[in-house]
Amino acid sequence: MGRYVASRVIQAVAVLWAAFTGSFIVLYLLPGDPVTLAAANPGIPLDAAAVAELRARYGLDKPVWQQYLTALDRALHGDLGRSLTNGQHVLDAIGDAIPTTLVLAVTALALALVFGTALALTAAYTEKRRLRGFLIALPPIGASAPTFWVGLLLLQVFSFRLRLVPAFGGTGVQGTILPAVTLAVPVGAVIAQVLYTSLAQTWRQPFVEVAFAKGASRWWVQLRHVLRPALAPALTVAGVWVGTVLAGSVVVETVFSRAGLGRLTQTAVLNEDIPVVQGIVVFTATVFVVVNLVVDLIYPVLDPRVAQHFRRRGAVRV
Amino acid sequence: MKRPLALFGAVAAVTTLAACGSGSGGGDQAGPPRPGGTLRYGLSQAPTCADPVQAQTNQTVYVTRQVVDSLVDQDPATGEIKPWLADTWQVGPDAKSFTFHLKDGVTFSDGTPLTADSVRKNLDALVHTIGAAKASLAASYVAGYVGTTVVDPLTARVDFSAPDAQFLQAASTPQLGLVSDATTAKSAEDRCQGVIGSGPFSYAEYKQGASATLVKRTGYHWGSPVFGNHGDAYLDKIVFTVIPESGVRTGSVTSGQLDAVSDALPQDAPQIEGAGGKVLTVSNPGIPFGIGPNISRGALRDPAVRTALRTAIDRKELIDTVLGPQFKPATGTLASKTPAYVDLSARLGYDPDAARRTLDAAGWVPGPDGIRVKDGQRLSFGVLFAPVFDGNQAILELVQQQVRKVGIDLQLDKEASNVVAARQLSKDFDAVYFNLTRADGDILRTTFGIDQQNYNARGPIPALDQALTGELGSTDAAARAKLIGDAQTSILDQGLWVPTIELSQAIGTAATVVDLKFEASGRLQFHDAWLRGK
Repeated sequence: MGRYVASRVIQAVAVLWAAFTGSFIVLYLLPGDPVTLAAANPGIPLDAAAVAELRARYGLDKPVWQQYLTALDRALHGDLGRSLTNGQHVLDAIGDAIPTTLVLAVTALALALVFGTALALTAAYTEKRRLRGFLIALPPIGASAPTFWVGLLLLQVFSFRLRLVPAFGGTGVQGTILPAVTLAVPVGAVIAQVLYTSLAQTWRQPFVEVAFAKGASRWWVQLRHVLRPALAPALTVAGVWVGTVLAGSVVVETVFSRAGLGRLTQTAVLNEDIPVVQGIVVFTATVFVVVNLVVDLIYPVLDPRVAQHFRRRGAVRV
Repeated sequence: MKRPLALFGAVAAVTTLAACGSGSGGGDQAGPPRPGGTLRYGLSQAPTCADPVQAQTNQTVYVTRQVVDSLVDQDPATGEIKPWLADTWQVGPDAKSFTFHLKDGVTFSDGTPLTADSVRKNLDALVHTIGAAKASLAASYVAGYVGTTVVDPLTARVDFSAPDAQFLQAASTPQLGLVSDATTAKSAEDRCQGVIGSGPFSYAEYKQGASATLVKRTGYHWGSPVFGNHGDAYLDKIVFTVIPESGVRTGSVTSGQLDAVSDALPQDAPQIEGAGGKVLTVSNPGIPFGIGPNISRGALRDPAVRTALRTAIDRKELIDTVLGPQFKPATGTLASKTPAYVDLSARLGYDPDAARRTLDAAGWVPGPDGIRVKDGQRLSFGVLFAPVFDGNQAILELVQQQVRKVGIDLQLDKEASNVVAARQLSKDFDAVYFNLTRADGDILRTTFGIDQQNYNARGPIPALDQALTGELGSTDAAARAKLIGDAQTSILDQGLWVPTIELSQAIGTAATVVDLKFEASGRLQFHDAWLRGK
């Protein structure tokens, strides 16, 4: 197991390095000059001297390999540089944005898990065809409803009309509930869809017949025998949930005026604020790597078949 | 993504808010001002920086204007320069030196006094520490800066290497507002996180991308005579929050969660007014939106084409169809609020027949697809623009339809603002569409001057060049206005600028907000604002 963990960690570091290098290359190849934009004032573009000064200030006049090594060296020392547009340290900018997004993401994920799982379990459990048909029609609707539309609708009803919750700037349950529900809709839909498919497949496995033969009730079979193996495929796409949450947060944070990572990403990309974009890419890659690492470590615990396979082959991915 | 979002927000607000007006009175009899309270303001974009000198966008200036005072102020009604931190001033006979006599007893919010040395440190920091790279607008105001001499503790003389008559108005802008020694000693990046000024408000908190909180300074007694009130500001606090979605801004005002918001869209006005509020509008001074042809290439080399373009555009239709009543059609080379503006609307009437005659006479004959041709060249050109103002694309699409009726093929050349800036610099365009805000006619020189930006890529035009150089050396207001007037006429007649519409600011306010005013450049000044009892 120790060797397995070590190899996963080395892989994680390699992925981070690749993310850093990849983003550096892509951003370097982007058309348009970040320096011109950094002080862009339509109508008053910088003159050549000012552009040269700014390039020198950010070390952009050096050869690209030298810029890369400098950036990598700084990043290894925990310095991701400063924003080209507002001079903020990139780490501070990301650090300021994380709590807002974390509260939103965790609440939304919790809501999505509870309602997504409940929906999938009920749909897989019920023997009423109409109810099942209705329930399995919901996730595609949730996944395709435009997030900003859902958010604005909720705001109109609960904030502007009923005045129950603030439209922006709120904290605690009141301030988080609407954006969290908005974000939970697409994420919950993904979870429900994947989990239901997985449950439905597991119901058809031979060991289900065995469990029934032993006299177990339908609920007992679902909870004890079907759910556990069915969870594995749903967990595999945990990376997808994180992706959906981060992508959804761009829209949700705009509609609900929250200065989180989504908004930071949007403005940084719009302004081609390269250090900030790169910082976000590296940060997001870290989140993905950690989530996948945790999933990989949970996997053998969930499904004994994987653990056996791992003991035989020393590998774990199925 | 942005446009459908904004549009949807407006539609949703219309459908669900129509029935829920919560009018708290209204009526213009506001009574005597009442001090106290917190004004909650919704900005449409995040301010880019807390430092006034580096502020380039309106939303940034709305915040930074409140924390600094300037050497002089400008009367928004007349364009006249008034005292502020300087009680009196003298302009040298050659307009190369400016001597300011400062008020005694002015302090920055860290308690340090304002002195002539503060003026020197501020201008030195702008030119030597921050530079055009971080503050292109402010740096353009002090081009040719030689230095500041401290004549005595309260007298500062600012010298330039060449005549610079525009500097007096520049000294009234928030970009040249003064900050304390503690701030001038900092780097450009650090200044972006907060500054110390002498203004009626000071920063209590500045969260990049999210919000800014300003608190009132007590003992503020050096306001400008433009202010209605000559002591402390009335508001205890101003809380600026960034609310990117326009439907959310409007809903927040009508549901009492905000007191005022930026960029109230035309379709939002009925709800704001229905809830007892108002939409305050002002049109920006400076150069109105318009098409600047590059006259060194393509069909736009022909003056007849530029002349035809001028009357082929129906400016009233642009306002009525795309923008709404808070906007105005352009009526000259300068926007109507600019000091020394000359009304040239007689030359800007809609007359497609005149445009056709001009083109016929110049030998441009309609080709098989209706687009005119001359010597094998199609009458076709691109207009480079960035969607910095939401209406730009729709306006240009309508202009495209309008000019097609006289046989001109106008192509939209849309790019991100950084690409536009780079292509403007290298003059890589047939024509470029933009506007510039400034409450001084010198904006003509910096835009059209042959040794300045010169987007037209033009050669010498003696009458125009003399007018533009002359105004910068002129210390007599009337003589300077005459030269700026000559320049406006010349630019329009030469077809160097084909104006379309004037940009407007629209601030949505709740019924509680009284006396929220615009300063001379069309930006908000909160000193006189107060909140009516709720």
